[in-house]
Amino acid sequence: MGQVSKQVKQLDRVVIRFAGDSGDGMQLTGDRFTQESAVFGNDLVTLPNFPAEIRAPQGTLPGVSSFQVHFADHDILTAGDAPDVLVAMNPAALKANLGDLPAGATIIVDTHDFTKRNLDKAGYASNPLDALGDANDPLGAFAVHTVDLTGMTVEAVKEHGLSRKDASRAKNMFALGLLSWMYGRPTESTIEFLSRRFAKVPDIRDANITAFRTGWNFGETTETFVVQYEIKPATMPAGTYRNITGNLALSYGLVAGGVRSGLPVLLGSYPITPASDILHELSKHKAFGVTTLQAEDEIAGIGMAIGASFGGALGVTTTSGPGVALKSEAIGLAVMTELPLVVVDVQRGGPSTGLPTKTEQADLLQAMFGRNGEAPVPIVAPQSPGDCFSAAVEAVRIAVTYRTPVMLLSDGYLANGSEPWRIPDVDDLPLIDPAFATEPNHVVEPEKIADDGSVTPAVQDFWPYLRDEETLARPWAVPGTPGLEHRIGGLEKGEGHGNISYDPANHDLMVRTRQAKIDRIADSLPPLEVDDPSGPPGEGRAKVLVIGWGSTYGPIGAGCRRVRKAGYAVAQVHLRHLNPFPKDLGDILRRYDKVLVPEMNLGQLSLLLRGRYLVDAIGYNHVRGLPLKAAELAEAIGNLVGEAEGITVDLSGNLSGGSTPVTSIDQEV
Amino acid sequence: MTTTDLPTPDLRTGTESVPRFVPGEGDQPQTGKDFSSDQEVRWCPGCGDYAVLKAVQSFLPDLGLRRENIVFISGIGCSSRFPYYLDTYGMHSIHGRAPSIATGLATAREDLSVWVVTGDGDALSIGGNHLIHALRRNVNMTILLFNNRIYGLTKGQYSPTSEAGKVTKSTPMGSVDHPFNPVSLALGAEATFVARTIDSDRKHLTAVLSAAAAHRGTSLVEIYQNCPIFNDGAFDAIKDRDTKQDAIIPLVHGEQIRFGATLEDGRGSRGLVRDLETGGVKIVAVTDVDDAALLVHDAHQADPSTAFAISRLTEMGYLNQTPIGIFRQVARPTYDDQSRAQITSAQHVALGEGTDQTSRLTGLINGGDTWTVV
Repeated sequence: MGQVSKQVKQLDRVVIRFAGDSGDGMQLTGDRFTQESAVFGNDLVTLPNFPAEIRAPQGTLPGVSSFQVHFADHDILTAGDAPDVLVAMNPAALKANLGDLPAGATIIVDTHDFTKRNLDKAGYASNPLDALGDANDPLGAFAVHTVDLTGMTVEAVKEHGLSRKDASRAKNMFALGLLSWMYGRPTESTIEFLSRRFAKVPDIRDANITAFRTGWNFGETTETFVVQYEIKPATMPAGTYRNITGNLALSYGLVAGGVRSGLPVLLGSYPITPASDILHELSKHKAFGVTTLQAEDEIAGIGMAIGASFGGALGVTTTSGPGVALKSEAIGLAVMTELPLVVVDVQRGGPSTGLPTKTEQADLLQAMFGRNGEAPVPIVAPQSPGDCFSAAVEAVRIAVTYRTPVMLLSDGYLANGSEPWRIPDVDDLPLIDPAFATEPNHVVEPEKIADDGSVTPAVQDFWPYLRDEETLARPWAVPGTPGLEHRIGGLEKGEGHGNISYDPANHDLMVRTRQAKIDRIADSLPPLEVDDPSGPPGEGRAKVLVIGWGSTYGPIGAGCRRVRKAGYAVAQVHLRHLNPFPKDLGDILRRYDKVLVPEMNLGQLSLLLRGRYLVDAIGYNHVRGLPLKAAELAEAIGNLVGEAEGITVDLSGNLSGGSTPVTSIDQEV
Repeated sequence: MTTTDLPTPDLRTGTESVPRFVPGEGDQPQTGKDFSSDQEVRWCPGCGDYAVLKAVQSFLPDLGLRRENIVFISGIGCSSRFPYYLDTYGMHSIHGRAPSIATGLATAREDLSVWVVTGDGDALSIGGNHLIHALRRNVNMTILLFNNRIYGLTKGQYSPTSEAGKVTKSTPMGSVDHPFNPVSLALGAEATFVARTIDSDRKHLTAVLSAAAAHRGTSLVEIYQNCPIFNDGAFDAIKDRDTKQDAIIPLVHGEQIRFGATLEDGRGSRGLVRDLETGGVKIVAVTDVDDAALLVHDAHQADPSTAFAISRLTEMGYLNQTPIGIFRQVARPTYDDQSRAQITSAQHVALGEGTDQTSRLTGLINGGDTWTVV
């Protein structure tokens, strides 16, 4: 085959979705494509999406697994609302994802599995590929490329002598090679990766590398694909970057919290999707003094963490929503005993077992109130996969400084999604001082000097609930410290001395003091950053403030950018601390006419804001198990801007009132 | 699947890694009083818990450990107030969860002597899961299971050790629950140290506690304890002068298991032999069998079958008969020792690389494919 001359087209961004059967290796393919793009220097955001079943029946719709990657030559915030390119490895993958494609999207189909049997399984009455180009072509709105990926893979790897089944399993690498060619991705890191991953099985290793290279070469030589695309590296702040998922960043953050506090980390955890990766990751870091205990259940997991904290370690427990429900009573114990503890909730669709592999942020109120009695718990929420690192360090800071359990609310999207992360300098991370108690802190009898000058030294003892004036934190005296022997527990404690107390006034005081301690955390928080290009809060043109928390940061930011690009003004603020709220939040809320609160729940932050600040928070709520879509959000923001300013908002680029059309919004944000 | 051979840690005694109290080297001798807190004890008059508390307070100094390195963790229930009355470190936690808290503490801190105080409801109902898993893991701790066969703190409902047919507030027509035998349960859960003793027998109680503390791993000690308010007399048969010699089957390692009216040789007239029909053991008159057939107690036997068979001699209805003593005492590596050994070995490798924590953390977060933007 002669060299085909290829056209190179510049793009500023692309969204690709790899989709196939759960066993087709789509997560790996997507992950490798992401790594290549990261190394190339694009900004990127990913969205893995897979079934809860490990191997759902092959070829069926429920068995479809996909990985979406959005990469660009500029700073982007979301994994993209809709794919520009779909790679479909079988009929079910095509059918399950077709509805998400905009007209004009490119589809690359592996024709090999379009057999009667597989078409039946996917619910196709006839082969949609048979009608390509016909008047009734069901795929007429798309640019469809049919390629026998599997057939070519099997042919290419023949020399390695694998069974047909093993040979065909390398088809994902063929697809990766083809897409890598198409978007000019560097290939070295994938070849290195394959060499490492399959080092012990040379024939499989070689087959995968061959398939990958053949896929690349196929792109270069075939006439099926005549255009190669170029997406230049993004301009990003200086620094060293890596691509990282939320669960990995969160694990590293916990390790860092241990290093910066000098405390050994002890994780008590019970496996649960989508949090288990944190348990897996932390179990690799024993050299940092990290102990992981896989407990018999969720309650034991937190019990072990509390026991370790009592012993002077940094107790951590990781789980998802159903696990938090089980841990509630123990979290209350940590509130009462005032011991440092980090509770990680990687939220998933609920209630009950819900949607284990899908994302949601409907545990906010559970984190806030899901315990008996007045049991305030600080809440920290990361806003992006990389941000899980510093959010974890922050959770450790609060837990240790204020002697309290802290809820760290990640979610399934952050957990498995990835983005380039600017790696921080360890020395820039906060130093966390456990400040263990070493001496008695309470005078029983003051020193006495008799008339003859003889001195009777003071008699002192230890009061476990005598508080620090600034933080209201109680002393942390660990077993093994002589003279500080004391008992703590779930029963109400007398202020100061910490003995059991049923005194009504004491209980009222202690309830208020525990709340006041959590409120004091706000003193240590930086002012909120309001993103309002129209001016300082309340002084600019923006009348609408969009406020969110957690993983909606990307879609909200992208939605606001779209609205601004169309010429309108809107402000955005994103909350990392949900309890206590930052001190300046109330003031900021009051400076805008309308407050929109997008959330992947039915309005949990809205409820808190309304209750706390008497603000008329307007909810924007979807609970589809997927991130919010930037385009839909932009629409909602635009409508509210229109309402607030008494204008008609047109996001297609025309300002109402006949002003000049501003820039087009096809540069996704 | 892959398994790997775990290194065998040295089998030490239960308190070997705990700092010791050295009288004469700046340390004043310790007495039971040193272990009593300033809190007023608030159990009902006549409660068996008083006797156990006294015994523990006076026994603790004999362990020779530094007081600040002893920790008592309890759950919920009458007996779980125990830690408040001891001047050691302590935590009165939540219902049933004490073994999990103790597991975290004992794993994090090799230098502590960790004790769990629990009851029949706390350990066997709400905390059943944690109990069996602590036992199989063999974490270095001693569990004192106060068994009064009733719920006291909630005022008199039947417990998981109450006899079937028991009439209580929640079972006016008699309980239809079949009870647990805690010793059988523990043996089935792979426990390495299982014993039973009685609140009122201070000598036996103290001896069992000493052995339990010396055992490296999870020691389970069931203590029969009378609740004078809601289940008074539950243990009369084993306490009454006239009946106890027939009711108590004492287990002493290396000795024939003998009980009942004393014979001329000074030992009991009844003994145990293997029951070939059931695979268990049965009670016989010693005069009816060869002396060689009489079972000699072997608590160190690796196979728990005989210990289990002996545990089945416990009456499950009203307690007219029960073995007491150490059923099983075998050595097995502990979870916490092995967990710490893995940490130490990983840290050793890291130290060999000669970098401090900060440099290694920098290395960790810079792992994987990185790129630099200037």
